[in-house]
Amino acid sequence: MKTYKLPKDKFPNFINFLSNKGNLYGPVKQKDQHSFEQVNEYSEMDFNYQRTILGIKKFLTPPRYITQKFDSESVEDIFPQSETNIVLGIHPCDIHAVKILDKLFLDNIKDPYYESRRNNLILVGHSCLPDKNCICQSTGTDIVEDGFDLFLTELENHYLVWVGSSKGLYLIASAENLFSEDITKEDIAEYIRWQKSRSEMFETSIPFKYMPDIIHLNYDSDVWDEFGDKCLSCGVCSLVCPTCNCFNVEDKIVMSADKGVRERMLDSCTLPGYSLVAGGHDFRPNRTQRIKLYYTHKLKEYIGKWGQPACVGCGRCVSYCPVDINVVTISQALFSDVYEEMVCDNNE
Amino acid sequence: MNNKERKNHQYKAHSAEILDLKDLSYDTRYFKVKFVDPNIQEKLGEYKPGQFAIFSIPGVGEAPFSISSTPTRQSFLEFGIRKVGSITEALYKLKIGDKFDIRGPYGNGFEMDKMKDHDLIIVSGGLGAVPLRSLLLYACDKREDFKNVYFLNGARTPEDMLFREDFMAMHQREMLETHLTVDEDPKGDWPYHIGVVTKLFEKIADRVNNKNTYAIMCGPPIMYKFVIKELLKLKIPKEKIFMTLERRMKCGQGHCGHCAIGGVYTCLDGPVFTYWDIERLKELI
Repeated sequence: MKTYKLPKDKFPNFINFLSNKGNLYGPVKQKDQHSFEQVNEYSEMDFNYQRTILGIKKFLTPPRYITQKFDSESVEDIFPQSETNIVLGIHPCDIHAVKILDKLFLDNIKDPYYESRRNNLILVGHSCLPDKNCICQSTGTDIVEDGFDLFLTELENHYLVWVGSSKGLYLIASAENLFSEDITKEDIAEYIRWQKSRSEMFETSIPFKYMPDIIHLNYDSDVWDEFGDKCLSCGVCSLVCPTCNCFNVEDKIVMSADKGVRERMLDSCTLPGYSLVAGGHDFRPNRTQRIKLYYTHKLKEYIGKWGQPACVGCGRCVSYCPVDINVVTISQALFSDVYEEMVCDNNE
Repeated sequence: MNNKERKNHQYKAHSAEILDLKDLSYDTRYFKVKFVDPNIQEKLGEYKPGQFAIFSIPGVGEAPFSISSTPTRQSFLEFGIRKVGSITEALYKLKIGDKFDIRGPYGNGFEMDKMKDHDLIIVSGGLGAVPLRSLLLYACDKREDFKNVYFLNGARTPEDMLFREDFMAMHQREMLETHLTVDEDPKGDWPYHIGVVTKLFEKIADRVNNKNTYAIMCGPPIMYKFVIKELLKLKIPKEKIFMTLERRMKCGQGHCGHCAIGGVYTCLDGPVFTYWDIERLKELI
């Protein structure tokens, strides 16, 4: 991988340059939350943030979008406009989440809507420091080696810029007077020290590597009933989870005219009716069954199908579930008495 | 994605014309259709028994339906559709000659090659006759590929029994051994068995060769448990017991998530599962 150095004071210039290459999005502070919003320049963004409300999935599988338009004569497929979107300031966990979505939507059968959005998306990562809700160290997604076009690690006076794709290299090459390849021994030492101090900042840890086994062995455990009783079936866990991708499809008719649209929208397996079939049979009528599906699928079953679990440790479920159902409380309940010793073992 | 890929993407549905319609029961209708484009008909005619297709009715929505015809007769597709929701209601309004869009085929289907040279016990309940009819017709068309074929079919009442004439015709031509039963016979003119479908096992039990038999079933969720019990009594190996399942589906290709059960998707890894899968994946039945 090619690596460059970008002086900190040149970062705004680089962003100006990028704004000519596509629609620019970055982390914008709105009240006390951050979210990826369209921006024009550096000053609109705040790179010192923990987590945005939604991850990169909002660019890839937007919460609601039209897939078809139709009238009484014909059906037309609607694909997203082929404009380049450049997203800045993406943390490693969210890049890992895109890698997981890529597997699901592109590796087996290609989803044409996802594919066109993905092809037009440039990911510019940015280093971060954890808060108490970050568990990416446990999930092994605190560091990212690929899946981005560029990744910027913020050091004292400059950024180390990692190039992850030919698109990324092209962006650097066409603004090359901002960058240098002169990475000194001191720079390397500074980077390593930064990595070490970052990894020592994590406050929360879960025994992630034992998760598939403990879920399997606890399949019939009362733990799920306790969470099922608490769960509000609000679906916010799925909305904010950067890897939750289930969608529903609905047709809408314009009443005044003989035409309509077919829309896809994010769905959640915790919502009532998720497994309801025509005729009225519901395969998962109660909250216990649905919350169990959510966590077993994310933490265990995904491995069988896509080679890895679908939790990237971003801490969004920890931050947003109104009744404290999240990967941390789920693991505490499942591991129960051995939780503390397992946490230690997982970190060795 | 180039323009050609956009034209032939994975969600592309193709126009099909209704060739024939007839009521199979008071709430289930037979649809015989053919793709308007002969190339599509040829391509999509190569499905496996047990696979399904997704119908699209713009303005109403999409829904999956089991294919009821056999790939051995490639010039059309057949379906048996029960009126239970908004999409089926829209389908019921269509007439012969009308067109609607179909995409597919989806799902794993039955492994017909594996079943070659074996006895088959095919057990169906109610609407389960729809997907299993594909397998039955296939077995009749390739009769020399299979040994004894037993078909046990149950329905609530005589009015609920689908494809009854088809099945009895196969029986009369000695293509397969059919036993029919109904739970209730309100009119009192049912000429065959009365009772639950598991009672029909008495009629074949002493002739089942468990070393060389595949069992296949489809029916309401409640039926599986009892039929499996009978098959295990006959010592049919778990990996030779197949069943085809229903789940909510929005995409048919492993994207929308609704049909996930454990680590599998019913649309990609199913809808045909073995009893071994059922024991492994706790939520299947």
